[in-house]
Amino acid sequence: MIFTVTCLTTCVKLLLIPAYRSTDFEVHRNWMAITHSLPLKRWYFEDRSEWTLDYPPLFAYFEYVLSFVASLFDKNMLVVENLNYESQQTLLFQRLSVIITDLVYAYGSYLCCKSIQKSWRTDVVLPILLITNCGLIMVDHIHFQYNGILYGVLLISLSYAMQAKYVLAAFWFSVLLNMKHIYMYLAPAYFVFLLRKYCLNGVSIKNNINTARSIKNFATLGAIVIGVFSFTFLPFYDHLGQVLSRMFPFKRGLCHAYWAPNFWAIYNTIDKILHLFLLKLGIVTKKSSSASMTGGLVQEFSHEVLPSVTPIVTLVLTASMMLPALIKLWSLNRHPSDFLRSIVLCALSSFLFGWHVHEKAIIMAIIPLSILSIMDVNDAKTFLLIGIVGHYSLFPLLFPSSLLFIKVMLIILYSTYALHSLSKVYPFAAHNFSLPLLNKGNGGHTQHPEPGGNRTHDPGCSGQARSYLTHLGLSEAYNEFGHKF
Amino acid sequence: MFCVKLSCEVWLVIFGTLVAVLLRGCTTLHPYSGEGSPPMYGDYEAQRHWMEITTNLPITEWYKNGSENDLMYWGLDYPPLTAYHMFAAGKLAELINENYTKLHDSRGFESDEHKLFMRYTVLVVDILVYIPSLVVYFYATECQGSDKKVKPLSPPLSTILGLLYPGIILIDHGHFQYNCVSLGLAIFATVFVLKKFNIAASICFCAALNYKQMELYHSLPFFMYLLSSCVPKPGQSTTSGIIKLSKIAITVVLSFLTIWAPFLFNMDDFLVVLQRQFPLSRGVFEDKVSNFWCVLNIFYKLKLRFTNYEMMRICLFATISMVFPSSIDLFLRPSSKKFVLALINSSLAFFLFSFQVHEKTILLVAIPVILYFPQKPFVCFWFLCLSVFSMTPLLYKDGLVIATVALMIFYSTSFQVSIEHFYRNYLNASDGLAEYYRSLLHVLLNIEYKKATQLDILKLTYKEIVRNRKTLKQFAFHLFMFTSLMGSVFLSFLLLVFDPPERYPDLFPLLISAYSAVHFFGFFVYFNVQQIKIPQEFDDIRNVKLKSS
Repeated sequence: MIFTVTCLTTCVKLLLIPAYRSTDFEVHRNWMAITHSLPLKRWYFEDRSEWTLDYPPLFAYFEYVLSFVASLFDKNMLVVENLNYESQQTLLFQRLSVIITDLVYAYGSYLCCKSIQKSWRTDVVLPILLITNCGLIMVDHIHFQYNGILYGVLLISLSYAMQAKYVLAAFWFSVLLNMKHIYMYLAPAYFVFLLRKYCLNGVSIKNNINTARSIKNFATLGAIVIGVFSFTFLPFYDHLGQVLSRMFPFKRGLCHAYWAPNFWAIYNTIDKILHLFLLKLGIVTKKSSSASMTGGLVQEFSHEVLPSVTPIVTLVLTASMMLPALIKLWSLNRHPSDFLRSIVLCALSSFLFGWHVHEKAIIMAIIPLSILSIMDVNDAKTFLLIGIVGHYSLFPLLFPSSLLFIKVMLIILYSTYALHSLSKVYPFAAHNFSLPLLNKGNGGHTQHPEPGGNRTHDPGCSGQARSYLTHLGLSEAYNEFGHKF
Repeated sequence: MFCVKLSCEVWLVIFGTLVAVLLRGCTTLHPYSGEGSPPMYGDYEAQRHWMEITTNLPITEWYKNGSENDLMYWGLDYPPLTAYHMFAAGKLAELINENYTKLHDSRGFESDEHKLFMRYTVLVVDILVYIPSLVVYFYATECQGSDKKVKPLSPPLSTILGLLYPGIILIDHGHFQYNCVSLGLAIFATVFVLKKFNIAASICFCAALNYKQMELYHSLPFFMYLLSSCVPKPGQSTTSGIIKLSKIAITVVLSFLTIWAPFLFNMDDFLVVLQRQFPLSRGVFEDKVSNFWCVLNIFYKLKLRFTNYEMMRICLFATISMVFPSSIDLFLRPSSKKFVLALINSSLAFFLFSFQVHEKTILLVAIPVILYFPQKPFVCFWFLCLSVFSMTPLLYKDGLVIATVALMIFYSTSFQVSIEHFYRNYLNASDGLAEYYRSLLHVLLNIEYKKATQLDILKLTYKEIVRNRKTLKQFAFHLFMFTSLMGSVFLSFLLLVFDPPERYPDLFPLLISAYSAVHFFGFFVYFNVQQIKIPQEFDDIRNVKLKSS
């Protein structure tokens, strides 16, 4: 099944080769050129293109390896001076490289399915939910990025964590961190999980911890993490500061060019409204230099009325939001799903309160949630809602009108499949999963007899969710058609 | 509660259809024929030009050469229904951007928005006509032709595989044409014929024929079958037959009159339109077509020996004699099981032997083959793959190679999955087809040879072969099919990767068309045999007898 699904999805990805691609296409081409034609010492100093290398070194090595294959396609794409170079061969190579490295993702999904007790859900539902993830298709194969391989490594690590192979899980997670540091969002959960399960592997903290073993395990973990980090960063030891300043550009501002749908988007909006309100009242005067927040440029701006937010504030907020989940993980921690749930919560809190968050980061919560969705009915409900809304929030990334049909079809297909399969996985809860408009009068206000019986059932929830999703459709329709008039 | 109400099969069809629509949507991103290649461009420009002509000129001028309408530049040469469709689409285009259809000035107009508009027009008619027609067909004719020995493929699977057929996706949404309209109408006509709604069938088929004159390829079976349904069966009166016939005749005449009405006020108008439909001066084939004449032309230069007019008569004679067996069989021994086969045979005969054939015309054969899919999945799959393969040179020229590869892999994988699913039920084995092959291999290898002499082995082998003749035959067939498909993959690979030798610039397209033509001829014989093997249907007579007793 997993092979078939991968094969069919790959065909769709192949069909998307000529689709619109964002500036990330040029970003990655430029990185390939930098790593191929410059000595390692220059990688993080090079700034002829505005798209400087800002991923950790392991990803740069990955680009370096890719560049050798690229030279078979078109040597000109490896010249640093060829800014915005885009030949047919370049397009083909870059797209194919994403499609082929996606096989790592397929392998990760395979491992994940294998590490959960075998049943129909892990044979059919989970592979389809993971591999056909429409957010990844939109971000990787249209917008252009290499998330497939990264999430593949994440899935490999998660699967080892679920199989209680902690050393391997830690190894793959540090590899992942060294490929893209945005996965630091998940690091707290990993840290607590490994500490509790592997290092302090006692029944409870109070009685008899095997100290010698704990120290040995701790040392093993430390050695692995330090080993991976030193492998990637050692070649850059004399200019580590430069590498780090490239990786953490705090100058980029609170929000990304396109606002991620998080807390700061609301904050900014309130700020704008307040500012307009005060302008009307004549309390403040318009500053001439106020930068446009939605201009699509990566830049800093300061808030007009509300206090401006510093990175430290976001860090503290994020940490405090993660804390309950982490404490719960420390004390609960019986079942693999507890770990997955804390991963999701960490990803979500970073997404909501982090500094300079991209809207793509929502996938980080959706993918672990899809694994959870086949384990627990409540997670399934959350997954359906976050899946639909999260994928919908990626729509602004694919703004060209030629993609409207495709993105709508992708999300409809994925959401209907998720809805259909999950309602088959949890047949007794089926009436709780519903699409808006299609079943009027059900679920919202009427109670249904439940053969399953023992779950907590919140009838109001699905009604609210439904009207929420209906509004989603309406707002998209307004975006596409209404806004022009 | 709608998740519970719908059965799994219905969900399968819903997902299959959605995926088919998604694939169509993705294919629209690829280039169309003649993209950015002045002065003549391609079929895309032809359709746009027709929108320009129909929206700007009075209806009687559409088909006439004149100062405003240069017929040498993509003159309208499809029947009136296409023209009306283009008129409607053109009006819409005018609303969106008047530059799309400005007379003369809009020639060769190309922009991203326009491409999107054109693509959507195809997508809409595809979703409205072609996709429903296939779904309706497979569900309406579920019990049709279900042999007791071989279970036909279930409707959901055949529907999905039909919708995923890459040929029509590539030509309509890649190359750019509106084949889905006429083909969808023809499928609706087929549904109505098989369900014995003769009037509705006639209307649908007239519409199809008036959308694209190529539907003539399908007309003989329709004519023969409808005619035979009017021949009074034993126990029926002659008058009832005549009434039936006159009903059909009146329907046909009325639908033609309605569609052609604007051109009937003046005899000249009518003749001009009619002449435009049959451009006999264009030669026996264009480019390289996988038919009989193109292959014959390799050894025997037809164009040097015969004038166009002579060639036309030869083609006419050849086509008629090739259509003859299946049509006469359909008329004399009518059976609803035969009808789709007769459609295949007639269209394939036209494709192989008639005058002025395009490589895209193979779609007219592919459609009835899709309809026949449940009965003989493997043969039909083989044919459909080769039909796409025969269009490779055209798709290559249009820059649709990636789309072709992707859609073919998608189609083959879905076929493999569906067949496996199907055989799992059919053979009641857990591993489906794999199990079937494994047992076959087991039988072949399980020959005791410890003490046996060479002769004993031979004897045993012979016995095994005799005992498992049927399985072995199937195995040989699958092996042959696989080899043939691999051959086509290899030839396409040659076309894509290597430059042809300088002396023969057309070597690879020619090889491809010859390779496909040989196959098509084999399929032609096979489908004819299949049709003639089916006995006459006695339903009507039996009913009459039951009633009288």
